[in-house]
Amino acid sequence: MEKKKNIVYPYMPNSVESIKKEMMDELGIKNIEELYSYIPEKLRMKGKLNLPEPLLSEIELKEHVEGILSKNISCNEYLSFLGAGCYRHYVPAVCDEVNRRSEFLTAYCGGTYTDHGKCQAIFEFTSLMSELVDMDVVSLATYDGGQATCTSLRMTHRITGRKELLVPSTMNPEILSQLRNYCDFMTITLVDYDPKTGQMDLDDLKRKISEDTAGVFIENPSYLGFIEEHGEEIGKIAHEHGALFVVSADPSSLGILEAPVTYGADITCGDIQCLGMHMGYGSGQSGYIASKDDPKFIMNFPNHFYSLYENEKGEFGFSRSLNQRTSYGSREKAVEYLGTNTGLWAITAAVYLSLMGPEGMYELGENIMYKSQYAVKVLSKVKGVKVLFDKSTNFKEFILNFDDSNKTVEEINKELLNRGIFGGKDLSKEFKQLGQSALYCVTELTKKSDIDRLANELSQILK
Amino acid sequence: MSKDVKLRNFHQAKWDEPIIFELSTPGQRGILLPRIDNEVVNTVGNIDEVIPKGMKRKNKPKLPELAQPQVLRHFLRLSQETLGQDINIDIGLGTCTMKYSPKIHEQFVANHKFSELHPLQDESTTQGILEIMYKMEQFLKELSGMDAFVFQPGGGAQAVFSNASILKAYHTDRGEGEKRNEIITTAFSHPVNSAAPHTKGFKVITLMPDKETGYPSIEALKSVVSDRTAGLFITNPEDTGIFNVNVKEMVDIVHEAGGLCIADIADANGLFGITRAKEVGYDMCHYNLHKAFSSPHGSMGPCCGAQGVKDFLAKYLPVPVVKYDGSKYYLDYDRPESIGKIRKFYGVVAAVLRAYSWIMSIGADGLKEVSELSILNNNYLMKRLLTEVRGISAPYSEGNYRMEQVRYSWQKLKEETGIGTNEVERRCMDYGVQEYYQSHPPYLVPEPFTPEPNETYSKDEIDEYVSILKKVSQEAYENPEIVRTAPHNAPISLIPTDPITNPEDLIVSWRVYKRKKGLK
Amino acid sequence: MSKKLGLIVNPIAGMGGRVGLKGTDGEETLEKALKLGALPESPQKARKALDYIIKNIPGIEILTYPGDMGENECIDVGITPIVIGEINSKKTTFKDTEKAALMMVEKGVDLILFAGGDGTARNIYNSVGDRVPVIGIPTGVKMHSAVFATNPLNAGRVVKGFFENTNIELRESEVMDIDEEAFREGKVVAKLFGYMKVPYEKELVQSLKAGGVFSDNICLEGIADYIIDNMEDDCIYLIGSGTTTKKILDQLKLPCTLLGVDVIKNKKLLLNDANEKDILNIVKDNKFKIVVSPIGGQGYIFGRGNQQLSPKIIKAAGKENIIVISTPSKLISLKGRPLLVDTGDENTDKLLKGYYRVIVGYDETYVYECSY
Repeated sequence: MEKKKNIVYPYMPNSVESIKKEMMDELGIKNIEELYSYIPEKLRMKGKLNLPEPLLSEIELKEHVEGILSKNISCNEYLSFLGAGCYRHYVPAVCDEVNRRSEFLTAYCGGTYTDHGKCQAIFEFTSLMSELVDMDVVSLATYDGGQATCTSLRMTHRITGRKELLVPSTMNPEILSQLRNYCDFMTITLVDYDPKTGQMDLDDLKRKISEDTAGVFIENPSYLGFIEEHGEEIGKIAHEHGALFVVSADPSSLGILEAPVTYGADITCGDIQCLGMHMGYGSGQSGYIASKDDPKFIMNFPNHFYSLYENEKGEFGFSRSLNQRTSYGSREKAVEYLGTNTGLWAITAAVYLSLMGPEGMYELGENIMYKSQYAVKVLSKVKGVKVLFDKSTNFKEFILNFDDSNKTVEEINKELLNRGIFGGKDLSKEFKQLGQSALYCVTELTKKSDIDRLANELSQILK
Repeated sequence: MSKDVKLRNFHQAKWDEPIIFELSTPGQRGILLPRIDNEVVNTVGNIDEVIPKGMKRKNKPKLPELAQPQVLRHFLRLSQETLGQDINIDIGLGTCTMKYSPKIHEQFVANHKFSELHPLQDESTTQGILEIMYKMEQFLKELSGMDAFVFQPGGGAQAVFSNASILKAYHTDRGEGEKRNEIITTAFSHPVNSAAPHTKGFKVITLMPDKETGYPSIEALKSVVSDRTAGLFITNPEDTGIFNVNVKEMVDIVHEAGGLCIADIADANGLFGITRAKEVGYDMCHYNLHKAFSSPHGSMGPCCGAQGVKDFLAKYLPVPVVKYDGSKYYLDYDRPESIGKIRKFYGVVAAVLRAYSWIMSIGADGLKEVSELSILNNNYLMKRLLTEVRGISAPYSEGNYRMEQVRYSWQKLKEETGIGTNEVERRCMDYGVQEYYQSHPPYLVPEPFTPEPNETYSKDEIDEYVSILKKVSQEAYENPEIVRTAPHNAPISLIPTDPITNPEDLIVSWRVYKRKKGLK
Repeated sequence: MSKKLGLIVNPIAGMGGRVGLKGTDGEETLEKALKLGALPESPQKARKALDYIIKNIPGIEILTYPGDMGENECIDVGITPIVIGEINSKKTTFKDTEKAALMMVEKGVDLILFAGGDGTARNIYNSVGDRVPVIGIPTGVKMHSAVFATNPLNAGRVVKGFFENTNIELRESEVMDIDEEAFREGKVVAKLFGYMKVPYEKELVQSLKAGGVFSDNICLEGIADYIIDNMEDDCIYLIGSGTTTKKILDQLKLPCTLLGVDVIKNKKLLLNDANEKDILNIVKDNKFKIVVSPIGGQGYIFGRGNQQLSPKIIKAAGKENIIVISTPSKLISLKGRPLLVDTGDENTDKLLKGYYRVIVGYDETYVYECSY
């Protein structure tokens, strides 16, 4: 039998032969395999795993991985106008400093005592969000904004007992796909939009709503960037028919735009990636769900809550609460499932909101508003470019249509790429009725000169 | 015994740090934004007139106002009051596989060529990350024997949900969607193996463990398998650490009846290079990249559930899938039979990047070493606990070796001293270790706890952990009060956290607290 | 906060066991036992529990009956109890037990701790019903009722838990009525007598990663709803005794007999408290199913409270038409032991042996073994 050269691995302290022997002696065995020899032959793996030779030294590993990553071009290097659910906002240094603290990075499900700090940070997240959305009850951060939307809409079924959902036909197609899977037992009906504004067609809503509608859903701002101005009326229509009104709101807008509860929302949800998370190729997504302090709603949240407790010394402790749910009835009323979610991002968002404060959130919203309007104005002047839904006001994103230019979005984006620019998301397949359109995004990181440069490049490309 | 370790005179950091709202001072700023160009302002005009009527926020959100050093100080103090895995012997949190997350990986994740990638960038600019995703998929295929993987689910639970969705699609396509509405699982599986299929509309049948072996008998399975069985959601080994040697027979029985078998391989740490999903015959499985694959747990996320399936199910996988055409990597969206999207974009790719780096750093031999050491560590711990600590037992499979973790019971301690698992857990904290994991429901093992000494803990640390449990057990017999009133060295003292059953008692935000207390 | 504990000791319970007699009901049997050298067990076990109580529950007030029915045991461990009532004869009888329990309820005790067996439990039930929670120190020979702690020390712990720990829940637990004569001849012929409220420590371990945990009540509703939603048209359902099964009638807003068998068809009541003859008449030529749940501390689905469902009826139904329902916590309390049957006919028992899909919630079943 060939003597395998024993490698000592830095991450495995007991990989040293003498230590292994000491432990095996304690167990009275000569070979670790004796500990699992009872596993039947037919279940055992034959031979060795076919994997690349390991890079045992950190130097080689770093070289290797960074070598692969160097094949990427990031948004630090090219100018990006991409949005569509993931955004390049500024991440304050303190946010990174806090979420890189290894205590937060490597904690998991410790509770009230040993992870008091983490529990308090998460309580502060829910408290800060509750101020931002002006609703008392905020759940733990869930997987992403899409999950938050799906869960919020499934909640409307549990609360009302009804099975129909009315959603805008302009909603984020990825989330719609998630919804079709998650709420597969419900009827999902798309509501038309006003062709001039993109906003929900209220007549169509009135036509489609019924006594079987559990929830009416809008995004504000919409996936396509415009601000929905008739939230109050939509809410009224929903309530008149006994349905709930669910709004997905972009947190980066809530410093300057009204919280949905003021125009009638029963549940507010959305994605908090914009509150201090790097894009990370989509790793920074995280969802929030909020409602008023109503037992009917609270008992139908599937997530845990961290509730605050106080002892006689006046100390605060936080613990998982309300594990019991009232609905354990039919399969559809089952209160979903629970698992790990996005705690580190919740803590990061707490840091972000603490740094920004009310003034910072206002200035953020203001900055983005200005950039959005400026971009719309400047780009609509470019020959061959039309800004769709120009009767609406845009926040962060807007649609550029290139039908007049006789070039496709794909061609234009390829050209922009050659010039070091990531053009907006191609909408031509998902929203055929919008023709050759692309979804462009600007944030507080976008400089005036960036927008001017885009206008300049586009005008050259479309000549 | 010479192995007894002198216990620490530990105290956790205690800052008595107020809730951040209480630190607010009006007017302070934590960060400033750049001024908006005059030209932009002039071009756009007055913002108040631009924002649609009624949409401008009348009252600014009541967020606290702090300067930057104070924000940092506050959250750093909170981080000190958190026992992350890095800082303690986190053996107690079994089933979570709290292993060392190599810090070099954090440099990769922080690299702007990862952190500043937008998921919708042209694929020519993301070949690097697509390569890593593709190669990680190949690694998992090799580890499991499955034919395709995606990383879209945001955790194990979502992966099981995704697998349940595929199960439903599969049977629906074959015209048996209505008929095959039952799934079978086991009592010791993670509850998500019943909750997720339940969410997807299946009826759930749970097999109880046999009193001797600790896993369900074949007879029990046979009694419920029928032509209404959609699938078997199985975990092997389960939380008890007992390997079900009949698992292949069980899988065969379900296959014969026309059902599929879905494996929950969250607890993968004892399996690398020893046994694979393929040899058992599973049709679908999932791994948790934040467990055995070293990605950090992140205070409950973000995490990644890698979902794997055999060939004939690959068409149902969530879209998109990463493909390689010989010269470049690309995202394949042309998958008409996909179940759609489970999560936005492609999942928590940061976890994939870390897991890839981890595998590259240790290779095939290293992975085998991971599992062998986990098994060795675990059986060493078990021997010491069962022979040296009073009041402890390991129900089921008496006298046999286990895989990478064990579910113990303090029932004897409880009967003899009145001190049970809750109190022991709190007292252990006083010696500088994180809570331990007790059990999932249903609580078949009384007074349970489930430690998992994975390969990143040293023998000395395992000995220290044994010494702690030994001491607490001794205290239960000799000085139970100190155990009952623990913790004494935590950031806060004992606080009554009785489960709230009335939603009116819930306090999840500071404003609710203030309102209920009548504070301003 | 009031911590008033009522204590009742049956001084002669348990004496039969040691000398091979099955119980000490009735003077004759007691005489026999004493002649065989039986020594009182109850007082000694009661003392053990009391010792724990006085050492661990500050501020507790104990009300008890004179002499060996509680007063002496208290004094022996240094407790000064409040003695109520009086005993008229030298030997205590079940009448004293019943009177003591009644007085304690009237005096507003929070919890009654008693030492005895099934007989004592029945006596207390007759006076208390479910008005005041009880917990039993097991000293009797026959303990089929589910109102007992596992040993005296644990009884003490339950008392402590009840007064100091809000993690305590009250659970309705069966009081069983065993036919004494038959029992002494080696036959167990049992009947469900009633339910008392017993405190127990919720084995609620706050599992951090799992889904919700549901109270027994919520489970019962889910189970009942599931049975109702899946009832076949024109099929007769025989609903066995017990609180779990009776929830079905509750949900259908029908009257029920807790301790008897009720008959339903098409969600309407056909007969309450049916006997074997009634049942055989009704189910003649008709499709029918039987719904039962485990009764008592040992998990019997037939044989301890469903006597009306005779072997004849069971055989006519067949194993596949027997629906077993239970809360998850009841099954878990069996600690891996199988469900049991004791129909009185070995062949029927054999027929019933095997695995059942026990309904534990809506659309959720546990596969559980049944044996004899």
